[in-house]
Amino acid sequence: MTTNPPSDGGVPATQPVGADFDAPAQIPPSPYKGMFGVKGTGDVSGFGGLARRTPAEAETPRPFGGYFDEVYDALEEAYAGFSDAIERVVVDRGELTLHVKPERIAEVCQTMRDDESLRFELCSSVDGVDYLGSDPRRFHISYQLTSMTYRRRVRLEAAVAEDQSLPSVTGIYATADWQEREAYDMFGVVFTGHPNLTRILMPDDWEGFPQRKDYPLGGVPVEYKGAEIPPPDQRRVYQ
Amino acid sequence: MTTSGYATERETTEGRVFTVTGGDWDSITAGIDPLSNEKIVVNMGPQHPSTHGVLRLVLELEGETVTAVRPVIGYLHTGIEKNLEYRNWTQGVTFVTRMDYLANMFNEVGYCLAVEKLLGVTDQITERATTIRVMFMELQRIASHLVWLGTTGLELGAISMMLYGFREREYILDIFEETSGLRMNNGYIRPGGLSQDLPGSAVRKIREFLTYMPKKLKEYEAMLSGQVIWQERTQGVAVLDVTGCLSLGITGPVLRSAGLAWDLRKTMPYCGYETYEFDVPTAQTADVWGRYQVRIAEIRESLKIIEQALDRLRPGPIWISDKKIAWPAQLALGVDGLGNSLEHVAKIMGQSMEALIHHFKLVTEGFRVPPGQVYVSLEHPRGELGVHAVSDGGTHPYRVHYRDPSFVNLQAIPALAEGALLADVIAGGASLDPVMGGCDR
Repeated sequence: MTTNPPSDGGVPATQPVGADFDAPAQIPPSPYKGMFGVKGTGDVSGFGGLARRTPAEAETPRPFGGYFDEVYDALEEAYAGFSDAIERVVVDRGELTLHVKPERIAEVCQTMRDDESLRFELCSSVDGVDYLGSDPRRFHISYQLTSMTYRRRVRLEAAVAEDQSLPSVTGIYATADWQEREAYDMFGVVFTGHPNLTRILMPDDWEGFPQRKDYPLGGVPVEYKGAEIPPPDQRRVYQ
Repeated sequence: MTTSGYATERETTEGRVFTVTGGDWDSITAGIDPLSNEKIVVNMGPQHPSTHGVLRLVLELEGETVTAVRPVIGYLHTGIEKNLEYRNWTQGVTFVTRMDYLANMFNEVGYCLAVEKLLGVTDQITERATTIRVMFMELQRIASHLVWLGTTGLELGAISMMLYGFREREYILDIFEETSGLRMNNGYIRPGGLSQDLPGSAVRKIREFLTYMPKKLKEYEAMLSGQVIWQERTQGVAVLDVTGCLSLGITGPVLRSAGLAWDLRKTMPYCGYETYEFDVPTAQTADVWGRYQVRIAEIRESLKIIEQALDRLRPGPIWISDKKIAWPAQLALGVDGLGNSLEHVAKIMGQSMEALIHHFKLVTEGFRVPPGQVYVSLEHPRGELGVHAVSDGGTHPYRVHYRDPSFVNLQAIPALAEGALLADVIAGGASLDPVMGGCDR
């Protein structure tokens, strides 16, 4: 998740359909002013008083704690382009996220897999998240790597803009084949060097990328006992 | 070049070209090598009794030998991950339980663990709730393995195994029904606890099951293990070694059948699995036979865990004490089924306006989850189930992605089946135990 307020970005001029209530509320600062426009905590139930945590994500200073420092140092030692490739490091909820420049992701994966002191043999998962409205590089591709030797987990995250592609890691982790295809199918992110980047879950001739935040959910209103219930994406939402 | 008869032929860069001007067909086809021309492409599925759901396999065959396989999936894609983004965090359980419908407790627990980790309340989940979660996951693992055993038996010619497997599975589903009211798609595990407490009748049923199941397991083994057809169809079939498994991301019984004792319950414990005593069964053969043995042994280990969980089950709360997360309902059985108890209704409607507001806000609006992302993994009957959940601080999930083991494991079908016989595609595919509801989501 991005937290540095993007210098050249922010909320797009027009709110995309279906994303108006789901865009990350933190960055840029939430445009919402409470449920009923109340300033302060006008909420007598105390329920809405849950203080929103400023995400501890912006950038975590060292030491990271646990095995995270060891992984960081080992990668720095083993990978020559480290200072250039790693954008920032986030430790949140006991998980380490290395934000990697998208064009370097395959090289970093190669080092993570092969280096003696890293040994991330298994790529557990590859998936995308669309941060439309909060990050100009809206698609974040997450790679959950698992080291069976050391029993560690690390997440690599690469952010790409809509017209940007990133190298495929299928040459390093064959298991990423279908998972990259799914990310392409759902978000339209292109992985260069993938042997067969086609749709996988949606039909071949489908138009649009369903998991994008500006892709509507769809649905029809349902009548129940005389009352009309709107489709889920048009119902009232509390923010 | 001209041969006798009517047709002329000449060599081109594309191969031999015949110019047919009528005449004897036999003299023309005689010039073609019959073996190289027997390549046919067969579509198996998406509706086929042996593909475990709507899986389509495009097979290229030379005689009985499979030269290439391409799995085609997506026929059961229902957009569950997208739908979750339009419901609140509690409603999400109803959706995720429908992904892998043969192991729905794992979907629910994985989702709830992810939400609880995002909320930072993992250690506040009550002892009783965690113990019941563990017990239900292990019951579900047995039920899932029984379906695997039954369907695989059916496909390899042991039809009785299907009847027995489904019969014993129904026993487990009865326990779920006793507790949650539903056989499948229970929606029983909720972020912060469980929808309802475990009734005494279900505890008695589980106790009965623990004495009943080991006898049945012996029957299965007596029926299958010594049987020549079963051995011939499984031994040395669809071999995939540890290197292949890791490269393709295959986890679970398939990886353990290759000899690597990788079980997240042991290696990266969650839900207090480190406090239970059980073994991780492995095999060395890396074939369908090994996967059969691993799964049978896993059922025995699950029975051990269920017994330990039953023994340590103590009366206590099943919901987290934080009233801003715990579901406010106080359920009771009325004449028209399960619903809010009359005392609770009387209190919120007649005595405490704050209780009414609280109930209303929590049920309609839902709780907020601080922004951030987590990845939670657990040992599913088919391998590693990963839940990547992202929150933007609101009452809805921002993004939830399921790394479903069926989806990842199905990639291994070409590696298992290419070069083997057509019949072994069935055995190899079945040994991965794919469930298309989980694969396509």
